[in-house]
Amino acid sequence: MKPFAYHQPGQIPDAAKLLTSIEDSKLVAGGMTLIPTIKQRLASPVALVDLSKLGSLKGITDDGATITIGAMTPHAVVAASRLVQTKIPGLAALASMIGDPAVRNRGTIGGSVANNDPAADYPAGVLGLGATIVSSTRDIAADKFFLGLFETALEVGEIITAIRFPVPLKAGYSKFKAPASRYALVGVFVAKFADGVRVAVTGAGPGVFRVPPMEVALSENFDPSAIAAIKIDNDGLTSDIHAEADYRAHLVTVMAKRAVDAALS
Amino acid sequence: MGNVIGIGASPKRKEDQRFLTGRGNYVSDIKRPGMTAGVFVRSPHGHAVLRGIDKSAALASPGVIAVLTGEDVAADKLGSLPCGWGISDAKGVPMKEPPFPMLAQGKVRFVGDMVAFVIAETPGQANAAAELLTVDYEVLPSVVGVLEAVRPGAPQLFDDVPNNICCDWELGDKAAVETAFRKAAHVAKLSLVNNRLIGNPIEPRAAIAEYEPGTDRFTLWTTSQFPHVVRFLMGALVLNIPQHKLRVVAPDVGGGFGVKQFHYGEEAVITWAAKRVMRPIKWVASRSEGYVSDRHGRDHVTEAELALDEHGKFLAFRVNTLANMGGYLSTFGPNIPTNLYGPLLGGVYTTPAIYCNVKVVFTNTVPVDAYRGAGRPEATFVLERIVDVAASEMGIDRVEIRRRNMIPKEAYPYQTPVLVQYDSGDPMGCLDGALVAADVKNFGVRKAASASKGKFRGLGYSTYVEACGLAPSRFAGRLGARGGLYESATVRVHPTGQVTVMIGTHNHGQGHETTFAQIVSEKLGVSFENVDIVFGDTDRVQFGMGTYGSRSLVVGGAALSKATDKVIAKGKKIAAHLLEAAEVDIQFEAGNFSVAGTDRIKSFEEIAGAAYVPHNYPLEVLEPGLEEQAYYDPVNFTYPGGCHIAEVEVDPETGTVTLVNYTAVDDVGTVINPMIVEGQLHGGIVQGVGQALFENAVYDEGSGQLLSGSLMDYCMPRADHMPMMKVATHSTLCTHTPMGVKGCGEVGTIGSPAAVINAVVDALAHLGVTHVDMPATPNRIWRLLQNASLPVAAE
Repeated sequence: MKPFAYHQPGQIPDAAKLLTSIEDSKLVAGGMTLIPTIKQRLASPVALVDLSKLGSLKGITDDGATITIGAMTPHAVVAASRLVQTKIPGLAALASMIGDPAVRNRGTIGGSVANNDPAADYPAGVLGLGATIVSSTRDIAADKFFLGLFETALEVGEIITAIRFPVPLKAGYSKFKAPASRYALVGVFVAKFADGVRVAVTGAGPGVFRVPPMEVALSENFDPSAIAAIKIDNDGLTSDIHAEADYRAHLVTVMAKRAVDAALS
Repeated sequence: MGNVIGIGASPKRKEDQRFLTGRGNYVSDIKRPGMTAGVFVRSPHGHAVLRGIDKSAALASPGVIAVLTGEDVAADKLGSLPCGWGISDAKGVPMKEPPFPMLAQGKVRFVGDMVAFVIAETPGQANAAAELLTVDYEVLPSVVGVLEAVRPGAPQLFDDVPNNICCDWELGDKAAVETAFRKAAHVAKLSLVNNRLIGNPIEPRAAIAEYEPGTDRFTLWTTSQFPHVVRFLMGALVLNIPQHKLRVVAPDVGGGFGVKQFHYGEEAVITWAAKRVMRPIKWVASRSEGYVSDRHGRDHVTEAELALDEHGKFLAFRVNTLANMGGYLSTFGPNIPTNLYGPLLGGVYTTPAIYCNVKVVFTNTVPVDAYRGAGRPEATFVLERIVDVAASEMGIDRVEIRRRNMIPKEAYPYQTPVLVQYDSGDPMGCLDGALVAADVKNFGVRKAASASKGKFRGLGYSTYVEACGLAPSRFAGRLGARGGLYESATVRVHPTGQVTVMIGTHNHGQGHETTFAQIVSEKLGVSFENVDIVFGDTDRVQFGMGTYGSRSLVVGGAALSKATDKVIAKGKKIAAHLLEAAEVDIQFEAGNFSVAGTDRIKSFEEIAGAAYVPHNYPLEVLEPGLEEQAYYDPVNFTYPGGCHIAEVEVDPETGTVTLVNYTAVDDVGTVINPMIVEGQLHGGIVQGVGQALFENAVYDEGSGQLLSGSLMDYCMPRADHMPMMKVATHSTLCTHTPMGVKGCGEVGTIGSPAAVINAVVDALAHLGVTHVDMPATPNRIWRLLQNASLPVAAE
């Protein structure tokens, strides 16, 4: 790793100011992706802006029809939250499947969503639940937030402060883990609301995406059998040494069925 | 007397006290005064001409002390990294042995090939300078697979190695095999790939070198399984350092699995550089660096044919293999797919005629060498797979076909048609034991239960034998070994009766400090706590060939046993004098020397005291002191073996294979410490399961890039992949080792891959699947099922 400056601001505006004023500065939340990248010299930011002193970004609140999770809340806290387990058990289950215990204790929801790794779990939950990304400057709907491979709608200096999740009638997540990394080779989040079903897929392509035919079918009949025959197109899906695109496409259907099963159980 | 803990007991491991309390002493823990940091610059290309290196920017970088390249190596007239085995083809033509320079000269031949060594005050400065080194490469096409490498027109690694073939090796009676095939009632055929593996010891390789001008001595601390061999190879053959001026220390080492039993270029470069800069230098590999520089294992492509008579008796076995050597010959490289492979193709069967051809092939990949099992897992996999194929094709039960061909217990010693003679064994006994332990008779019930959940269940057998305890030097010499393969031990009895053992094997996870102490405690009757085992330092240990090939107990333990016998023999002479009796009347039992039939007695401690305070001592005929040394060279390999039974469940929707039961009944000869043996079996089995289901080193053809270059892409087996294993021993005693031991370090890795894959094939047999290549990943299984046109019912 190369030397860098380290800042630990106490207020969000101070953090935003540092990020906009220092070129090649990077925001660090849990650091579960950024720190290894720096250690391998694949990234060499001149300054790190650490959000760990911003206590207001931690914690989970019950707003009735929604729950709000602070951006700096670690995965382990979400997984163990009685509130999340009660209101959106599928989201608590998703958090419990991320990485390993060390990653879950350090990694944060804001960091994961801002990084938008194409095989990360949270983007599926955020898009699948139609959550709102609350930033230092605005609210962004999940459908407008994820822009493909590591790309998001965030502007320079814009900091995620929380994610607001609508409470669904039912929701479930099913993940087929990549054998070595245990990231999602394919992960599918399904959520049933009064006005319809949302299905979001991570791992299969360059970014998280929805599957409208499955959403239509599940809106009519929220049962695995409703989508068993729906195959998604291989085009645009990822092929690598672990899985070719056609296998990933197949797994989307299998994991979607299992996510519905999980939501129903 | 005190606390004797002897053979057959399972005390907790002595070494774990320091390991579990964070007090181990690994190479990277060591700090030397004035120590600098070294970083290797490695080729990012699989194959390229090295047109020039511009050092100027790197040299000008802050803190940089020196930058060394292949040109500096050439200027100092240093030797090539030596290969310890020289094999020959059928006509006696020696293998092609191109030089392996410690820093690349003229060309680079794999991603990770070393082109420069940068030394700076700190690791950060060395890394920064390494990025500034300008290397002018003319990139050439790479060839990474053996099939591709021998095709006409393939990129050629060396000008004088046509078709990249290092050696076209063969073993066995080709004519007899052809005759037998003509008479066969059935011929089973099998094409398979034995997947390439990366060892991944938990401690990455590391080294520190220091030169002392006052004594003109070098010291190298290195993560090695055989420091004396490094001293010899590096000192005598590479750097021209006299043996007495070179100390090699391998302190605590965090796992080896073969990866650390080679002499690496990094060791030679850092030792040479330490004198050039007159400062100690430390290098510690990152995990990523290990992936492209630790020697890899396996990597075969094989065609096999088994000829059988109408009753399923094996008549002949023919195997043609292409074995990947990587870009250069590593220390044992060409020996592994030849001498440690062909002679094992007889397995536990009475096959009368066997022929094996192995083309040893260079490719633009990391050099391939021994990895736990080394040649024997590959042989076992070919044989145990084709036995299943033959059974299936002939409609004979898989256990029955094995029984019909197994060497009966009474037929030992058994001479195979492929050089080796098994001294003892009872494969049928292991099989019978495993069938019961695995509850095979109720497998149908379990299979039905799986089917009711939509899963396919399969059972797989591997009845195998291996050759270990490397090695009888004379035999190995005939096969091409360029060194001896004996072992040595010194037993130093202190004046107070405690014992220090200096032994030439190296403990890096095997529990030697415990096992060897038990042998001494048993034989001398001294307290287990009063025995320390010293290893891994050429200045403290007389000599040794190190630890690999399941040899430590078999060869090193035998040397230790012999040295202990010499201590007892000398003790008897001293006791005879003190007890005023004839030497022949002295008996030694439970730590006491006594005159037979009397109550006249001297304790071991009293004899030790007398040896070092020789006031009343036969100095005219006996030297004072009580320290004995023995070298032991085995007369044969040992042949552990056994029966492994794997049970898997396949999820046809995702292709996921889950190992649900695993049973192993192994014949490892005498067991010194059952707990340690069980641990070795567990670890070995898991490593074999890793090969069967998860691990795969994948290179990109053309660019030579390692695509599985980190733990994110190379899947190691994990605890949650494993069921509780049932392991047991069914031992026959080795007839030629002093204690009857056979060795247990590799049996798990050798027996398990075939058992697991046979189980996977069994689970899918009803769909017409006849073979699955390793690793049986979900993607691969799903694809097989697609091709089998499996109708996967909607739930």
